[in-house]
Order: sequence, then C-alpha cells, then structure tokens
Amino acid sequence: MTTVSRREFVSVLTAAGGSLLLGYRVGEGQRVASVASAPGFAPNAFIRIAPDGSITLFMPQAEMGQGTHTSMSMLLAEELEVTPEQVRLEHAPPDDKLYANPLFGEQITGASSSIRMFYEPLRRAGATARAMLIAAAAASWNVDAASCRARKGVVTHTPTGRTLSYGALAAKAATVPVPDKVALKDPKDFTLIGTPAKRPDTPSKVNGTAQYGIDVRLPGMLIATVAASPVLGGKVAGLDDEKAKAVPGVRQIVQLDDAVAVVADHMWAAKQGSAALEIRWEDGPNAKVSTADVVEGLAKASETAGVTARKDGDPASALAGAAKKVEAVYESPFLAHATMEPMNCTVHVRRDGCEVWTGSQVLSRARAAAAKVTGLPLEKVVVHNHFLGGGFGRRLEVDYVTQAVRIAKQVDAPVKVVWTREEDVQHDVYRPYYYDRFAAGLDAHGKPVAWSHRIVGPSIMARFLPPGFKDGIDIDAVDGAVQLLYDIPAIQIEYVRHEEPVLNTGFWRGVGVTHNNFVVESFIDELAAVSKQDPVAFRRALLRKSPRALTVLELAAKEAGWGKPVPRGRGRGVALLFSSWGTYLAQVAEVEVTGSSDVRVRRIVCAVDCGQVVNPDIVKAQIESGVVYGISGALWGEVTLNNGRVEQSNFNNYRVLRMNETPPIDVRLVRNSEAPGGIGEPGTSVTAAALANAVYAATGKRLRKLPLQPGLASSTR
Amino acid sequence: MELTINGRKREVGVPSDMPMLWVLRDVLGMTGTKFGCGMALCGACTVQLDGQAIRSCVTPVSAAAGKAITTIEAIGNTAAGKKVQEAWIALDVPQCGYCQSGQIMSASALLAKNPHPTDSDIDAAMGGNICRCGTYRRIRAAIKHAAQGGRR
Repeated sequence: MTTVSRREFVSVLTAAGGSLLLGYRVGEGQRVASVASAPGFAPNAFIRIAPDGSITLFMPQAEMGQGTHTSMSMLLAEELEVTPEQVRLEHAPPDDKLYANPLFGEQITGASSSIRMFYEPLRRAGATARAMLIAAAAASWNVDAASCRARKGVVTHTPTGRTLSYGALAAKAATVPVPDKVALKDPKDFTLIGTPAKRPDTPSKVNGTAQYGIDVRLPGMLIATVAASPVLGGKVAGLDDEKAKAVPGVRQIVQLDDAVAVVADHMWAAKQGSAALEIRWEDGPNAKVSTADVVEGLAKASETAGVTARKDGDPASALAGAAKKVEAVYESPFLAHATMEPMNCTVHVRRDGCEVWTGSQVLSRARAAAAKVTGLPLEKVVVHNHFLGGGFGRRLEVDYVTQAVRIAKQVDAPVKVVWTREEDVQHDVYRPYYYDRFAAGLDAHGKPVAWSHRIVGPSIMARFLPPGFKDGIDIDAVDGAVQLLYDIPAIQIEYVRHEEPVLNTGFWRGVGVTHNNFVVESFIDELAAVSKQDPVAFRRALLRKSPRALTVLELAAKEAGWGKPVPRGRGRGVALLFSSWGTYLAQVAEVEVTGSSDVRVRRIVCAVDCGQVVNPDIVKAQIESGVVYGISGALWGEVTLNNGRVEQSNFNNYRVLRMNETPPIDVRLVRNSEAPGGIGEPGTSVTAAALANAVYAATGKRLRKLPLQPGLASSTR
Repeated sequence: MELTINGRKREVGVPSDMPMLWVLRDVLGMTGTKFGCGMALCGACTVQLDGQAIRSCVTPVSAAAGKAITTIEAIGNTAAGKKVQEAWIALDVPQCGYCQSGQIMSASALLAKNPHPTDSDIDAAMGGNICRCGTYRRIRAAIKHAAQGGRR
C-alpha cells in the first residue's frame, strides 16, 4: 500500500458520486515482472498477448458472483478491440502497486467500487495496448498508424487490406514505447460496453469445475477443522485430546491460545475429532455479555451529542419553532454474512517460504497476514486467489487466513483449514449493532422544517482503513445518511462512536448505507404518515432539486401500480436510496401479513439509475441478488448473544430466504451517460425500509427495530 | 466398499458411517459437490442416488452401496441434466456459483421425473437449496426454459 493513495482516499470517498479523482494511473506503464518475462506483449499489468495469439487478461478484483470478471474484461476488450471469446481470464496476483483499487489505494474488492474505480483505467489499459499493436503493424508495413485499424484481434491497413494478427505483432509491439496519451473510444462506438455479454464463468459453474478456495487439492494435503473460543477474547485453559486422537484418520491436534484445530486425512475425521475434544475455555471479559448489555450501552451513548457530519441551517431553532415535533429511535441488529462457502484457507508453510490458497476480497492483505504470522518477507509468500463462494464483505477480513497460517506453522504438510457452518456463523466479523435517534419538525402544513439524526455505532473504518475515520467521523457509518436528498431547510446529522467489543464487527453487504437507509427511509415515512400524506407524494415534494432521484421514484411507483388498491392484508412500501455509490434506486415492496404475523413478500419493483451501464444483464442480476439478501436480513436476520456466545449456528436458526419465498423482482433501468455508479450493494440497502414501510401500510404497525418478523409477532397494536 | 459413481466402479476404504460428501470431496477428489451446512439445511451437497436428489452431507456412504451415484461432474450425461446445464448457461443463472451444483442436481432430478413442473412443483423440489446470491428467479426461469426444450 502506498501512503500517497491512502492520503487521497478520503478525498475520493467524500467526493459526491464517488467518481475517480486520483491522479495516479492504475497499473499503467508498469510491466509486470513475472508477466513481462514470458515472451510476448505485456504493455501493462492487465494484458498479455503471447506470440501464439492467446490473450490473457488479469483480473485485479475478486469474482464473488457480482460479475466483475465479466464487466472488467468487457472494459479491457472494448478498447483492446478483441472479442470476449478471444480472451482468457486469470486472477491477478497480490500486488498493491499494480492492482490497487483507486478507492482504497489497495487491492480491495468492496464498496461496490470495481466499475466505478476501474471504468476509465481499464479502458485506458486496453486502448494503450491497442495503440501499441497498431504502431507495431504500421512500422511493419512502413505506413502511417492513422491508416490502420484494429478489430477482433487483427490490425488492418485500411487502404491495402493487409492484416496482421495480435499474436504476430506481439514481439514487435513489446518494443514500442508505451504512449503517454491514448484516445479512448467514443461511447457511441462501443460494441461491448452496454451489452448483455455472457458471463465467462458460467460454464465452469454449471459442471462442477469452477475452483473455489475450498476445492484446492495438493499432494500430501491434510484437512483441518477448528474450534475457536466461543466467546471473543476467550482462551484455551485446558485440553484433553485423547478421544480426538483416537478417531481414525486424525493425524494431529494443534493448539493455539484461542483455538484448537484437528488435522486429519479428511473433513469427516477432522469433524469427529473436533467433536471429541474436551476443551476448557477461559472465557475472559465477555463471559457474561448478552445482547441487552450491548443495546444498553448504545442507548446510553445516544444521549450524548455526537460529532456533526452535516449541518444545514439552524436545526435547533427550527426544531424548537416547529408546529409539530416527531421523535423516534431505531435499532439494527448484529448480522452474520453466511456465505455459502464457509471460511477456509489452505496453507503450506516451509522453512523458506509460505504458500496460501484461498478466496479473498483483500488479496494483498492476505499475503501480508501470512508474512506477519510466519515472519517471512513478503516476497517469500505466494497467495493464489480463487472464485469466492460469496463475499458480502466477509472475505474483506483475513482472520481466517491468519488462523490457518498459525495452524499450518505447526503442521509438516500443506493443510486445508475448513470451518464448519457452526464455526462460520459463530465466528463471523458481524455487521455492527447500530442505534439511531431522530427528531424532526413539521410546519403547520406538514412540511418538514427540521431534521436531526444521531447515528450511534462503532467505527469499522478506524480499524479497517484508518483514513476513513477522520475528525471523529466514520465515513462509512454515516454513508447513506449524510447525502439526505430531501429538501429540508435545517438538517443536523451526528455520529457518536461507541465501541462494544463483544464481537468482531465489519462490513456487511451494503455497508453503512444498509443500516442508514433503513432508518432514514423509515423515518421519512413516519413523517409522511404524521402529515397524513401519501409516502410517494411526500417524498416527491422534497425532491425538486434531485432530478435523478425523482426519476427513479416516479418510475418505481408507476411500475408498481402505486396508489392502486391492494387486497386485504397487503400493503406497499417505498424507499429511496442515495449514498456515495453514485447510484439512485427506488424500490416499491408489496407484502402480505397474515393473521399469524407471517410476512410474505409478494412483489418487488426497483427502478435504478446507475449511470453508464457496462452490462445490463449483470446490473439486473445484482439488483435481484441484493434484494434477496436484503429480504433475508430484514425479515429474519439477527445475531444475538447470551453469556458472550452467539446463539445462532446454522441455517435452521439463522434463517435466509428460500426459492419458494422469493417474490417476483422487477428491475427497470434508467439508461444515461452519467458516471458509472456501484451496483453490488444498493439492492440490499434499500430493501429493509421498503419492507418495513410496506408492513406499516398493511398493518398500521411501525417497526423501528429489525428484523421485522419477530418484531411484528411481539408488537401490540 | 464398492461404489458406483457416474457409471464407474470405485473402491473406497472408508468408515461406513462417513457421509458421502466427504468421500466424494476428500477421498475421491470430486470437488464439484459442495459443503454448505453439514445438516441437510442448504442443499449445496446435493447428489443423485438412483436419480433421487439427496443431501450427501448427511447420507452415510453405506446407504449408497449397490446404488448409482450421480454427481455434478456427470449430470450432463443425462438428458435432463444436459437440458438444465444448457438452460443455466442460456440464462446466465450463477453468480458466485457455489450453490449451483446442488441447484442443478435438484433441478435435474425434478425434470427427469416431471418434465413440465408447475411453479409449486418447482417450489417443492427447490425449497431445500439455498442461494445466498439470490439467483432464485433465474433458477425458476431456467427450469421452465429447460422444460420447454430451450425455447424462450
């Protein structure tokens, strides 16, 4: 990681729309040592053209389902003038110098940033390579480069019709100086960008050949599973492993200070061995903690003033002078990610080096973690990335890598450490518990004149990316709140940092926006109800200065049949998303609440403006995906603590949406040429509020605490 | 113990109570079948036993003796499996893809028995397969696509 990019990180994140502001160029002009040493043409870290004509594109961002390998290869291929069928994709190795995501200054896949951050750099990388191939061809023919054009991997001298393939040009192109400036294609000439190009990873994902970290197989490899302290901060105080050692197939027991691993020939033996361990835990300071203790701490902290993240006008006077004052408190629980592929990491520690195979959203951090644990220099650590069986923010952490390397240090063979589902749910890095306090003032006509929002929660940024916690503000914790688009003359948004170190907390799909959108869009709905106004009309009146937001709101309302009658027991709710992602999304949810307080989602309509669309099919898939993830979280998602222990353990008590419960999801895209916005997370973030507002419409019950299903069951009218 | 996997006889020396999932993945190196929950709650480990979709994470290998085991690696050799894989590709169903082996094994078993499933047939057959990427709408559409012989 470079200090320069870290310093500039904050200015990027706080810039409206999140457009690419950094001056440095990703990967350009830096030929990769390992790549350049192979024969052929490698003008930058993303492209290699071999003399046999094979074209390899190196994917800096992790593919975890969001389609980044498809869309990023489209950006390169568009400007390089090759077809998707002509290229082969490879995971890029860890290298912050070559592959840093400009948003972070590190090789990180997160924050719905891949297309936002790489839209221009990858196009430039492709265009540079194209220009060099054309220059090589022109030199071969001794003609003006302007008389040549590239298409489908071939350069043609237009006047004479002579052609040379990229493969034939590779050696010569490698000697052409890298141009300082290249012309990018005019968007009207795009042949790939904006089209629903097929995903290159689909064939391997339908026949079992796709390789995830958990699928790694090495000669002599052993398999381990692990039992870590059930309480954060707990230690192993005593261990009787006799019965575990007696399980056929168990080879070794590895004891760490906070965990015990059973190393075996296969997972079955490892699991049985782990179950046979008798571990005495010293639970430590969190031994008696329950969820109620956490909420009590947050509630108390919410009584104190926070650091002001946004202030418009004079909120105190406006509130004091309002005709009507509305107050509310909202709560958002701890959440687990529950990726389908449980945490796993394969490590081979040798005296002179360490090799790691895993799936990671932070490949360079995984490498640094392995170097730290082994004490080896970075260059002695090799990390191989794989497809991720779900990321959702969980694989932004390297706890499972660190732990696997600690275990592997004691094993004289490559060892694959695989967590059971129970271990995965109970040792997650959870979405924090947030507590929000609101006050708003309405004038005599019901128009909002003051808005006060106090956000209370821990700072993930202070740990994860310290420049993102500045002057007392965690830019993630306030994301989706400080961009409030509603035209209210007096606004105060505060952040109170309050740490409850009883669970590790981190990013969950939709990050800070997921929590803020739920509370902001629920509270604005409350104001509409107090004013006795229609929720869409109420928002519309406050969005006159935000045309893109207004467009998606109107479109979603129209497509959903807003205002038309619904059957008894049903209701529609609306929510609008604004954030640092540069994407506008309005959702209308229709729910049915039956007598048993069972919430069924009947229909979801989303209208999306994410600016320039790279692949509309993937954009739609990501919205559908985000909505399903959001429904699971909103209806049932909740991690609770008792005696310091997470009470959930598997899909029986950490319920997620299933196929038979999934409603129709209609996604309408607003196409324009604005800068590309993020698309992996908005669908998740906007869903909880739309559902809560729909439950209110159906039942008259305002649920200010997630998840909704148990909340509804326990509420009284 | 002798097993018949994808039409091939395989001899494995494993405990009879060992779940088939780990025999496939860790003993035979057939990693297309996935581990998700270990409790038959998520369907990621679904394989077919004599054409029936079963959860291999809770099925002892002894239960497979004398029966035909079919996994994702060979489901494309069956008529229904081939149609399902083609439909999955046509509609670009997978996202992260981790659950899709199990989804395809369940969908193929459904279509082999019931070539024209209704929505509620699909719900009943697929409700045990979790997808955290939320590809459910596309899975449903792809099953119908496959049932119609690839016509859209």
